[in-house]
Amino acid sequence: MAADAEAYQTVFDAALAADERIEPRDWMPDEYRASLVRQMAQHAHSEIIGMQPEANWISRAPSLRRKAILMAKVQDEAGHGLYLYSAAETLGTSRDELLDKLHSGRQKYSSIFNYPTLTWADVGVIGWLVDGAAITNQVPLCRCSYGPYARAMVRICKEESFHQRQGFELLLALSRGTEAQRAMAQDAVDRWWWPSLMMFGPPDEASAHSAQSMAWKIKRHSNDELRQRFVDICVPQAEALGLTLPDPDLRWNEDRGHYDFGPIDWEEFRQVLRGNGPCNTQRISQRRRAHEEGAWVREAAAAYAAKHGEAGA
Amino acid sequence: MTAALALGDDALVLSHRLGEWAGHAPVLEEEVALANIALDLLGQARVLLSLVGDEDELAYLREERAFRNVQLVEQPNGDFAHTIARQLYFSTYQQQLYDRLARGDGPFAPLAAKAVKEVAYHRDHAEHWTLRLGDGTAESHERMRRGLEALWRFTGELFEPVEGCEVDWTALHDEWLARITAVLDRATLTVPEGPRRGAWAAGAGRQGVHTEPFGRMLAEMQHLHRSHPGASW
Amino acid sequence: MSSGTSGEWPLWEVFVRGRRGLSHTHAGSLHAPDAEMALRSARDLYTRRSEGVSIWVVPSNRITASSPDEKDPFFEPAADKPYRHPTFYEIPEGVRHL
Repeated sequence: MAADAEAYQTVFDAALAADERIEPRDWMPDEYRASLVRQMAQHAHSEIIGMQPEANWISRAPSLRRKAILMAKVQDEAGHGLYLYSAAETLGTSRDELLDKLHSGRQKYSSIFNYPTLTWADVGVIGWLVDGAAITNQVPLCRCSYGPYARAMVRICKEESFHQRQGFELLLALSRGTEAQRAMAQDAVDRWWWPSLMMFGPPDEASAHSAQSMAWKIKRHSNDELRQRFVDICVPQAEALGLTLPDPDLRWNEDRGHYDFGPIDWEEFRQVLRGNGPCNTQRISQRRRAHEEGAWVREAAAAYAAKHGEAGA
Repeated sequence: MTAALALGDDALVLSHRLGEWAGHAPVLEEEVALANIALDLLGQARVLLSLVGDEDELAYLREERAFRNVQLVEQPNGDFAHTIARQLYFSTYQQQLYDRLARGDGPFAPLAAKAVKEVAYHRDHAEHWTLRLGDGTAESHERMRRGLEALWRFTGELFEPVEGCEVDWTALHDEWLARITAVLDRATLTVPEGPRRGAWAAGAGRQGVHTEPFGRMLAEMQHLHRSHPGASW
Repeated sequence: MSSGTSGEWPLWEVFVRGRRGLSHTHAGSLHAPDAEMALRSARDLYTRRSEGVSIWVVPSNRITASSPDEKDPFFEPAADKPYRHPTFYEIPEGVRHL
């Protein structure tokens, strides 16, 4: 048996080394499987919790065009959650189990969604900065070593670029609008900039899972690399918007060929992660309520199928 | 353009109500389904309102009494069964109305021809859920029955003739009732009894007389737009 | 179909024919109580940006596999919802990485 395991490990390592994809029925180390389930679940949870701060503005969207865009975007997030739960299910964990872990706090979602959307401009900033940070994180995942995850990410990334653009365009309309609209946009950027930088996770030297994930090619770049890439992308975009990023230390560093930026308040990050952010309790309780209030609907459909057969006619 | 306003407001208001489900649906697959229906309706509303004037001015700057939607579509979501009952009543009506308009030579024929395909899907969605809730568990049956009962009195107004829609309203009503009866029968439910029109002489939605929840819905919908007069978004 | 002890709806695999002349291709999976509902959810989820002309749904537990061989889905833009696509948004000259 030990020889078998060793042989399997050799095949697995060779596949990774050759940049081939691992597929659901392939042998894989237990830790690789566990790490993937954890990451895909957290990603799926982030999509469905992420619906809340934006859905908060569907009923108040200030034009019918914006209302249609926002509804389509929130719908996409439900869809992305579905793709990712499906990918996680290929490793034998049911969606119900994963939702249960989310509802009981045993699995996390992206901390960014524990911040409130206080004005309409927040919808734009979520598109531009939050989705922008997510895309920076996610594009490399399209080449992730696990096939179903990589394929889900290809589909998601195509759709996400619409999200980021609509956010940028929304903010552009505000920054070119009235004084009050411009102030609304700047205020939103001021509140979301630092939490967006935290989305890349702790600095490399303090990141618990990074090194192993990179060796397994689940992850392709370090947290700090991606964060730097994001800052470099955002600075000129903020200039085009005519908005200021709230960091007095932000400046171009000719030697590094990158923008330098100020220190991140990791204590805030830890607090929000620990459940003490402005909306942690609210987000989870809304999710649980929707799930619990939907139980009788799911049971009814299952009972109907039991009576009428799987064809459902 | 009384008809464009009436049909446009129906679609706009129902779309808004369905949008309120975002993040609250019983299962993720249903988040996607309800949002699809809401987006179809919003698309229809924008085309119809644009026939009358500026879509945003009409949506955001009219007072409650100027809206011409039927009261059925403005009713709050309630539980999922209540929403499905509203969808069943309305989408059956809308599909049969649009089907007639599409076959006619009136100004709405091209629009109706496109919309009727979307609406047929909305009706299909409502009928599938009506069957599953009606013939699912005792609890779902009871909830579906209550939803159908509660909304029954708003269904009479659907068949008030709308100026500009050249259809046989009596035939539309009979066909609607036949379809609803058949679906409810398969779902082990019965067609509610009781009055189908308000006993109040002031009229109903088509005359700009609405129900109390509608004012609050509009307050929320219009607040941001009205707070920034003249702004573009 | 039994919904299992947890009450969770069964898993279905979805295959979409992107357009005439192409075969059905695996698009992904979803949960549904029965085939009719699975078809509807599949339409909503896997063809909301495309003109999928035909969909198959198969209960996942009915598939016998030697090894999985799945391909990425094919998308065709839906004509009336251009706001779903990034090119719908005008971005000023010179702004990059959007």
